[in-house]
Amino acid sequence: MATQGAEGLAAGTEVPAGPAHEDVFPPFDSTYFAPQLIWLALIFGVLYLLMAKIALPRVAGILAIRKQTISDDLQAATKAQEDAAAAAAAHEKTLAKAKAKAQALGQQAHAAAAAAADASRGKLEAELGAKLAEAEKKIGETKTAAMANVDAIAVEVAHAILQHVTGASADPKAVVAAVAAAKA
Amino acid sequence: MSEAGASAVDPIHQFHIKVIQPLDLFGVDASFTNSALFMALGALAVIVVMLIGTSGRKIIPTRLQTSAELAYEFAADMVRQTCGEAGMRFFPLVFTLFMFVLACNLIGLWPYTYEVMAQIIITAGMAFSIIFLSIGYGIYKHGLHFFGLFKPSGVGPIMSIFIVPIEILSFISRPVSLSVRLFANMLAGHIMLAVFGGFCVMLLGAGGYAFLAPLPLLGITLLTAFELLVSVLQAYVFAVLTCVYLNDALHPGH
Repeated sequence: MATQGAEGLAAGTEVPAGPAHEDVFPPFDSTYFAPQLIWLALIFGVLYLLMAKIALPRVAGILAIRKQTISDDLQAATKAQEDAAAAAAAHEKTLAKAKAKAQALGQQAHAAAAAAADASRGKLEAELGAKLAEAEKKIGETKTAAMANVDAIAVEVAHAILQHVTGASADPKAVVAAVAAAKA
Repeated sequence: MSEAGASAVDPIHQFHIKVIQPLDLFGVDASFTNSALFMALGALAVIVVMLIGTSGRKIIPTRLQTSAELAYEFAADMVRQTCGEAGMRFFPLVFTLFMFVLACNLIGLWPYTYEVMAQIIITAGMAFSIIFLSIGYGIYKHGLHFFGLFKPSGVGPIMSIFIVPIEILSFISRPVSLSVRLFANMLAGHIMLAVFGGFCVMLLGAGGYAFLAPLPLLGITLLTAFELLVSVLQAYVFAVLTCVYLNDALHPGH
């Protein structure tokens, strides 16, 4: 077997040995050059036409469409993001506006309430002041009246005391004068 | 040496062309062979990925469509980086070359299949077509200025005497190196696989040493992984060099 293998190799490497193609190294056997070239040209030509006219433009189209789709989607996503940011900003703005408005309203209500309270208090105070003044006036009148009565009582008492001590009726005019002097 | 015994251990046997359907085209032999069959299978694999895989035109791709898109973008980047935006006119050609070589190489890795790229006439056919296309397009686009390719700018007249022949020689060797690189890599890889397979068979038939037979099998496993790398890499190298050579036609100034 081993020698057979060696012979096979030897036979194969004896390329230029004989023109009979049985002994020629097969790849260099010119008998089959023509048919191989003809079929190569035919098969490669058909394959080239199929690739150049159909397959490659189709793949180029697929790649272009995919690229376009991806860039479109990315753009849409960017736009959506921008829209969302704008919406968030608008929301923030509205919120701040509402907050400011609410604060102003509160302040306004507070001020109004304070003013109303002030006004009613002033009115009440004025009323009370008037009542107080009236009361004081009344007290003063009563006092003066009472004081006048006190003079009369003092004169009477003095007259009575004088009469009791002296046993004689004193001059009422003199008593009045004396009481007035004493009071002063 | 019996035919069956020879095929088991002969690492060259796998490269034999077998005529499946004899054909005659105006006196020229155009027989459908196993080589043509596996070229057609390679092309069919590319068509399945690129045409059926993309038929859905989905925004969120299926696995097959993802493969088609990855192949497209990989090849497009390769052409753009090597030839610039002007090179995109050759993109369908470079793409078809890359996918065809890749598919043929990957199919050829399966046992009992045929490695088309281990046929020098196939790789040479592709390489010479590329070089002729490069020359034709270069002259069409730049006229005689295209031949400025052979005289790097900034080289004096005396130096040109040496430089120009070297440049011309290197240009002529391009299709040879382009075709032989792919051919030799695939040929050597598949011979290696077959040799290791032959070792297995021989050890099994060697009585007491039969217990060593799993060792070359392990070797085949490792080699297959390596050949997978070589298959993809050589398809890539072939496509990149195609770009480089076409770039010279697009921008002939050094």
